[in-house]
Amino acid sequence: MNRGPTWFNVTSLVLGFAFLYIPILLLIIYSFNGSRLVTIWGGFSTEWYVALVNDDQLLDAVWVTLRVAALSSAVATVLGTMAALALTRYGRFTGRSLFSGMTYAPLVMPEVITGLSLLLLFVAIGFERGYWTIVLAHTTFTMCFVAVVVQSRLVTFDRSLEEAALDLGCSPAKTFFIITLPLILPAVVSGFMLAFTLSMDDLVIASFTTGPGATTLPMRIYSQVRMGVTPEINAICTVMIGFIAIIVLIASIATKHQETVRRREEQAAAR
Amino acid sequence: MTKVRTQTIGAVRRTFAPWNDPTATPLIRFENVVKRFGAFTAVDHISLDIYEREFFALLGPSGCGKTTLMRMLAGFEEPTDGRITLAGQDLTGVPPYERPVNMMFQSYALFPHMSVADNIAFGPRQAGMAKGEVAARVEEMLALVKLQAFAKRKPHQLSGGQRQRVALARAVANRPKVLLLDEPLGALDKKLREETQFELMDLQQSLGMTFLIVTHDQEEAMTVADRIAVMNNGVLVQVDPPAAIYEQPATKYVADFIGDVNIIPCKVEGCFGTDLRLVTPLTPHPLQVTHAGEQKVGDEVVLAIRPEKLRISLDAPDAAAGNCFTGTIWDIGYLGDLSVYHVELPCGTRIKVSQPNLSRVVERPITWEDKVYVTFTPHAGVVLSQ
Ligand SMILES: Nc1ncnc2c1ncn2[C@@H]1O[C@H](COP(=O)(O)OP(=O)(O)OP(=O)(O)O)[C@@H](O)[C@H]1O
Ligand SMILES: [Mg+2]
Repeated sequence: MNRGPTWFNVTSLVLGFAFLYIPILLLIIYSFNGSRLVTIWGGFSTEWYVALVNDDQLLDAVWVTLRVAALSSAVATVLGTMAALALTRYGRFTGRSLFSGMTYAPLVMPEVITGLSLLLLFVAIGFERGYWTIVLAHTTFTMCFVAVVVQSRLVTFDRSLEEAALDLGCSPAKTFFIITLPLILPAVVSGFMLAFTLSMDDLVIASFTTGPGATTLPMRIYSQVRMGVTPEINAICTVMIGFIAIIVLIASIATKHQETVRRREEQAAAR
Repeated sequence: MTKVRTQTIGAVRRTFAPWNDPTATPLIRFENVVKRFGAFTAVDHISLDIYEREFFALLGPSGCGKTTLMRMLAGFEEPTDGRITLAGQDLTGVPPYERPVNMMFQSYALFPHMSVADNIAFGPRQAGMAKGEVAARVEEMLALVKLQAFAKRKPHQLSGGQRQRVALARAVANRPKVLLLDEPLGALDKKLREETQFELMDLQQSLGMTFLIVTHDQEEAMTVADRIAVMNNGVLVQVDPPAAIYEQPATKYVADFIGDVNIIPCKVEGCFGTDLRLVTPLTPHPLQVTHAGEQKVGDEVVLAIRPEKLRISLDAPDAAAGNCFTGTIWDIGYLGDLSVYHVELPCGTRIKVSQPNLSRVVERPITWEDKVYVTFTPHAGVVLSQ
């Protein structure tokens, strides 16, 4: 069988990538457009980036977004890891499969529904909407992503390592921090990264749960775009793309490295 | 060097038998211990005493509950019923990290993210030992298992045998009262295994600890242990020193499980003090057997005879030679030091006879299809109930 690339493979690959990346490429190129009109090329310029730095409203949105993402993903990582531990460890409690099903549900739940139900909750309990409600909402919806990532690592975790630590006189809590956590850390870190980017990207849930004074970057961009796309928006999007690309790159390099180390160690240990 | 030390150990061992001493108090006591997993009973009313400095082996087929018994002593499982005491202290409810018992895991369970030295230092550090002392203890342990050159390596950079030695060093580093070894030598080849068995015995003597080892290799159990417990389906079948287990098996199961044995179904025809006369379908002549048991005339019993307790010859023995079977050679297994003859009796039953190959050249060797006489003395076999 001929395993080399056929013209069909090559074409579909080129088309696929073109479809994915040409819009992004266009956006990046137009962010350096000298003209105020988005679709007409007016020469190379970085003026929109300068304008960006002077746009207080936009900078404020960036700041809110980063704070929300950092706080909600940190909390989601802790809670998600705890949920994953509970679901893999405590064998057969009643309603276990219901619980694990419920962890996955938010992954497939339409965001509008998650957003709307959270909004209803906040209204019902009279929680003043703003920065904190976005943080809470993001923690809720990113937590299950963390749980899923960590759970898949815990399934292959060798429990006898923990037993060995207990046997040698280490308390259960300490065992978790010096044996379990270091060994599942790569999964926890990728869970955190995932939660962070998800929180940064989110528009729908944030729009539902926000209140006056707390506008995230995606919300800001969306509301500005409704009044017409400006090169300034292109510039901020380019910065965001760069930022996310760097996070994803670091995360994938780190997990890849950790994964090879772990494979090697586990293969060696199983020998 | 090791040889000499092993000999002194042998000398010490011969006089070590606290289980026969009614005044001795056991270190570990299992009192009617039961462990159930759901409806399944893994350990069924086990009572067992293990004494200080004893090397005790648990032997039995896969799934008979050996690991479960050991995990209850280590504290990873709580008995469903009964209790375990260690040096008089009831262990019920004592968590694993507070028991003076350490375990060497079947999978070794070395911490993959720590170096060899850190693995060994783990126990002493948890015990709150001072930094300098920990370092000294690690040095000592590394020397003990001859791994000084590997202190900085990670477990994945070691060979299987080296990892096993690290696991051993880590388990003894805390100087536990009792060391539990769950099939510690399972991953080693035969030669390394034999070497390590002697190292283990050596270590046990020099550290003066109590060892409880799980194995399903009967030869290993015979080599290392002061006493062996044979388990089957969660119950203890027999607890005795190796020689007693081999020569005086308590049941047909033990006889069959340990070593090779010929099981000959018989019926008691006459009973004269300790002399029994047995009839068997295997030969027309009655068998004369010495046995101090409660057999009565008419009982259905089995005679268990080890292959090496039988004699084989091509010539008819004189009448005084005792019990005799006649048959033809069905197969011969040549093992170098021994030959194992499979003799087919007229009734179709096959029995095994092993003979040492005493000389290099034999005038008329026994070969296939030969008609042979198999003889044995009244003391050769053990009479067991069906
Ligand atoms: N956590 C558990 N839940 C249910 N059944 C169990 C559990 N642990 C052990 N068992 C059962 O108990 C029985 C004894 O298991 P155990 O591990 O003690 O066997 P073993 O004698 O050590 O066997 P092996 O020589 O194969 O290691 C087995 O039938 C096993 O299936
Ligand atoms: Mg086992």
